[in-house]
Amino acid sequence: MADVAATSAEVVFQTEALTKIYKTGDVEVRALDGVDLQLYAAELAVLLGPSGSGKSTLLNILGGLDHPSGGQFWFRGRELTGASDRQLTRYRREHVGFVFQFYNLVPSLTARENVQLVTDVAKSPMTPAEALDLVGLSHRMDHFPAQMSGGEQQRVAIARAIAKRPEVLLCDEPTGALDSKTGTQVLETLRQVNEEFGTTTVVITHNAAIQQMAHRVIRFADGNIASVEVNDTRISPAEIEW
Amino acid sequence: MQALDIKLLRDFRRLWLQGAAIALVLAAGVAVILMSVGMSRALNDTRTAYYDQNRFAHVFASARRAPESLLSELRAIPGVAEIEAQVRNYAVLDIPGRAKPATGLLISRPEDGMPRLNVPLLRSGRWPLAAGEVVVNEPFATANGFELGDPFSVNLNGRKQVLTITGTALSPEFIYTIGPGALIPQNETFGILWLPAEVMDAAFGMTGAFNTVALTVLPRVSVEPIKDQVKLLLDPYGATTPLGRDLQQSNAFLDAEITQLEVLAYVLPPVFLGITVFLVNMVMGRIVQLERSEIGLLKAVGYTDYEICLHYLMLAGLIALIGVGVGWIAGTWLAHSMAQIYAKYYDFPFLVFGVPWSVYAWSAVLGLAATSVGALRSALGAARLAPAVAMSPPAPPRYKRNLMDRIVAYLRLSQPSRMILRSLMRWPLRASMTMFGMSLAVSVLVASNFFPDSMDEIIDTGFYQSNRQDVLLLFDPDVPLAAMEEVARLPDVLQVEPQQYQPVTLSRGSHEKQVSLSSMPNGADLARIVDGDGNIITPDPFGVLLSDRLAKSLRAEVGDMVQVRFESGRREVFDLPVSGVITQYFGLAAYVDLNALNRLLRQSDRATSINVTLANPDAADEFETRIKDFPRLVGTINMTENRKSFLETLSSNILVMTTVYAILGTIITVGVAYNATRVQLSERARELASLRILGFSQGEVAYILAGEVLLLALIAQPVGWMIGALIARAMTEGFSSDLYSMPLVLTGATYAKASLIVLAAASGSVALVALRLTRLDLISVMKTRE
Repeated sequence: MADVAATSAEVVFQTEALTKIYKTGDVEVRALDGVDLQLYAAELAVLLGPSGSGKSTLLNILGGLDHPSGGQFWFRGRELTGASDRQLTRYRREHVGFVFQFYNLVPSLTARENVQLVTDVAKSPMTPAEALDLVGLSHRMDHFPAQMSGGEQQRVAIARAIAKRPEVLLCDEPTGALDSKTGTQVLETLRQVNEEFGTTTVVITHNAAIQQMAHRVIRFADGNIASVEVNDTRISPAEIEW
Repeated sequence: MQALDIKLLRDFRRLWLQGAAIALVLAAGVAVILMSVGMSRALNDTRTAYYDQNRFAHVFASARRAPESLLSELRAIPGVAEIEAQVRNYAVLDIPGRAKPATGLLISRPEDGMPRLNVPLLRSGRWPLAAGEVVVNEPFATANGFELGDPFSVNLNGRKQVLTITGTALSPEFIYTIGPGALIPQNETFGILWLPAEVMDAAFGMTGAFNTVALTVLPRVSVEPIKDQVKLLLDPYGATTPLGRDLQQSNAFLDAEITQLEVLAYVLPPVFLGITVFLVNMVMGRIVQLERSEIGLLKAVGYTDYEICLHYLMLAGLIALIGVGVGWIAGTWLAHSMAQIYAKYYDFPFLVFGVPWSVYAWSAVLGLAATSVGALRSALGAARLAPAVAMSPPAPPRYKRNLMDRIVAYLRLSQPSRMILRSLMRWPLRASMTMFGMSLAVSVLVASNFFPDSMDEIIDTGFYQSNRQDVLLLFDPDVPLAAMEEVARLPDVLQVEPQQYQPVTLSRGSHEKQVSLSSMPNGADLARIVDGDGNIITPDPFGVLLSDRLAKSLRAEVGDMVQVRFESGRREVFDLPVSGVITQYFGLAAYVDLNALNRLLRQSDRATSINVTLANPDAADEFETRIKDFPRLVGTINMTENRKSFLETLSSNILVMTTVYAILGTIITVGVAYNATRVQLSERARELASLRILGFSQGEVAYILAGEVLLLALIAQPVGWMIGALIARAMTEGFSSDLYSMPLVLTGATYAKASLIVLAAASGSVALVALRLTRLDLISVMKTRE
């Protein structure tokens, strides 16, 4: 799979001079400061960088959760820069899966129902049971979030994200709230999804160790890309030392 | 079921107590709509159907004795559709086994047995065919336990005759049947009697003549000009001014009842629906705030703004569903109880009950609208939340130092008290709405609890101050004062006084009213004129004294001249000055001094009625037996019975009413206080848990939680008193009609009772929430991400 990093692979995301400026009162924060980036089909990219370096902002814009202040970006050649809220909703519904640091499960719904939340509105989804089976939680389907460990909850979140068979999976600190053992399980699940379905996967993390499982490592600093490295010697999550 | 719908149901189950508290407020509004709008419509529709079927007349006229030849002229008045002439007279009845005399209104039945207007409806038996047979109104028969074939006697113009009941009937003219001088129906002592026309003609010397006539007019023809023409034709025969339906007694009472229901419908439901809007708004606002991250998630996975907005509207819709459902049940029950009261006081041939389905539909639409309006802001807010913003925690509320802080600092309040006051300042709109909601609860209680005091005032001035006689004897025609001495000689009689009632038309400019002009001798002790402040008023020997509502409808003030046209005797017209205006609660009264009246009419001392007090009104059998045969006596009014039945009726109705309102006030308070405290708890759980970790006791933390809402409840009291006084004033004005009015009596006890109920309900609701503090899991609260 190392060749997916080659420029010949299909470009899924492309950004040009992407900026994002937040204004709070009189203070202006340049969260993104002219980012140029390409992400390729079926690659697993890790975004590394300190807090406030712009990783999450980029992920939110790529996922259609937020609008950029300047620059342009494309998804599979389709420009999304000026897309309306309605177009972005459609885009998210059809193409994007999200995994968040705090799982963001609906506490009043069981694991199965949380996944169903997505399958109800997706075009040709898996069944919730299939999705949960993929993340190894078929035995916990009827449990509520409060009855599950953090790692299990995050795996439900991943099941929810992949149930619609998305083209891209965007993960913001998916292991940030987990200990190393459950974190490994979650990363293993992400790797499995990436390899089995060829889903373009972007993982944001603070944890530099995780970069070892990526095809490419993109480092952020002060709202821009500091470096991009192609990882020639990927290791499996189980081998990662936290 | 869709996952989002499952979430909806689970959320609702989690919030059910809050939802139920709101639903109850809504239910109260819906129930009042069903009761007031439903029953006023039902009453109106039933009445209309009854009037149509039984051809209730549009114009009612009477004369002393008019020849039948006049009928063709009356019928020829353009616009008149149908006419019906009758002979009617009051008579004293003697009922076997009952010492007290009863009064009957005798009505002739045409010889062909086919009345054309005000057609009575036979309920049992058959119509009378010969002398000695009678049909009585059904309530009179029921109240006296009469069966077909039972006899009783009637004083037919001085001759006592035994009548046998051949049937019972109801008439559209007597839906609300009250005898002369009575305030509420007393079916035992007042009856309507239908007799064959020949019998009436013979007894009252009315062969070839009539004394009442009723007319219907063609559709789209104005009644007023016809009334004028009827008056013109009947005038030579001693006519009184013809009445329209508005002044027909039974119909006027029904009008007053319908107006009361309509006043309720305008005043109460908006209060309940308004509070529902506010509560839904407050609770949904908090829910959306709590579910920011869930909303963000829903948006991230591709739910549309519309779907999210609808989701929260549907949560409010569930509250509406329950509120409307409970409201329908309660409202149906309330309407049913009202119908039973109506069945007791109004004599309809078919049961009044039945709230039109459209009222149910409208109440549901209004209920749904109230919750939707309340939820709309939050639901739209949820839909508008940018997904990325929704995923991050909300910024902490911004507290600022302001004037309040300086006051707080000056007062050297404790930190918990400061927290309470800062929170009030932080959400001033919510705090004032919470306060306003509870003040509305106070006002509803004030506006309902003033009724009993108001009634006490009416009863005291009406029965114990002004009309102190035990029995009122009515004569037709009037009697010379010598009759008074005869009455005085009857056994058990303590005191007798004469009184005159003259039908007159009072007018000033274009304003005109038909009233009964009352006159009593100077210094009368039994029938006195008492004003609203309890002062005894003596009519001026040269002028006329008017009750305030009469003066208002004539636009007359003290010193103005009013025209007094006597409708009986020589039918003379005088211009008299208004010598005074007094507050009175029953009828439209006008008074002149008895001597002045006799001088004015150039007549000897006479009386149309005699007031009597008895040594022992409860055991005056001999007096009562003897009085039945008194010449020219056409009716007696037993004031002691009047007082008793009025009080009994009122006290039971008032108990029901005040209980219902106490429940309504409690529902509002619980709805507001419980939800306000729950939202507080939800917002401040972390803060309160932190305080507990820092070493604050459970009580101190409860104080912070409860303090704000209880402080608002206290502030709500004076505001509620003021609003309640305004509503009470509006209601007394709304209820006021020509038949009666209500004094505004607001006592300290009324305010205190309202406040006690609201403060108790608020404390209870707050305590219920405070109990949850004991279950506050300190560690998990500190760990949870807001």
